[in-house]
Amino acid sequence: MLSDRIKPAWRQTTAVFIRVIPMLCSILLVVSLCHQLFRDNYERWFSGNYLLDPLVGALAGSISFGIPVTSYIAGGELLAAGVSLLAVTAFIMTWTTVGLVMIPLEAGSLGVRFAVVRNVLNFFFALLVAMATVFTLGLWP
Amino acid sequence: MSRPASPKKRRLHPRHWFLLLVLVVYGLFALLDPAVTAAALGYFFSMLRKVIPILALVFVVMLLVNIFLDPARIRRHLGKDSGLRGWFYAIVSGIVISGPPFVLYPMLGDLKRHGARNALLATMLYNRNVKVYFLPAIVYYFGLRYAVVLSVYIIVFSVLNGMLLEFFVRHD
Repeated sequence: MLSDRIKPAWRQTTAVFIRVIPMLCSILLVVSLCHQLFRDNYERWFSGNYLLDPLVGALAGSISFGIPVTSYIAGGELLAAGVSLLAVTAFIMTWTTVGLVMIPLEAGSLGVRFAVVRNVLNFFFALLVAMATVFTLGLWP
Repeated sequence: MSRPASPKKRRLHPRHWFLLLVLVVYGLFALLDPAVTAAALGYFFSMLRKVIPILALVFVVMLLVNIFLDPARIRRHLGKDSGLRGWFYAIVSGIVISGPPFVLYPMLGDLKRHGARNALLATMLYNRNVKVYFLPAIVYYFGLRYAVVLSVYIIVFSVLNGMLLEFFVRHD
């Protein structure tokens, strides 16, 4: 019967949230502090080196956090400042797929191994996707 | 004469220690740079205001999943025998689902406990990058060709990403 299912389902869902809320608050506090410390500094991190900049872009995206639109705006500004499309794409990709500060929260729900492997894989995949995108765009100038 | 039972010692869980540590760091920052700390707290509360409605929605979805979806059904659609249909669901739901990843983790954790494949959960998370409603923004900054090529590669690489993750996380 439906009423028999509601009580355990409520208990189960509430338990997950009670577990997640302190970690969520901690992560959001860390993100807020990092945001204040790192914002407006991205441009200084790039040297113009075509091989090194994608790595720097991927690293910068990995420690950043926010809605994807913010990464497009930051990426657009970097591109206008002369940073390569490869580096900017790596930056945009890791912004949304890698979340270093989120790992504890992700690990709490999906497992430590899952969270660590996923973030490491996504870091390298960001570089691959960036290379593939820039290469494909270069085929049709 | 029986002695009254001693109250059970309650230890702080690591997640509470982590929160405490973060608060201590904030305290130190408040001493060193009050302006940055105040700005960070302002940003935190503005994020929290945005997140609370999404969390409420996630709570309702999780509750409905726990009431109506039995583990067998989840395993059938997202489990190891879900086949191509499972990949399709993972890609489409990743594109359609909105909200920051941290509010999705509890829900995905719930699906995992009910038997969903690691590969499909990773694929779902990767496809969150294909955002139809953010398309105008990415087209504005990078052009339509870039948006299309990047989106196609994200979808293609998401499957590879899921497969590789499952290879490394078989016994999580």
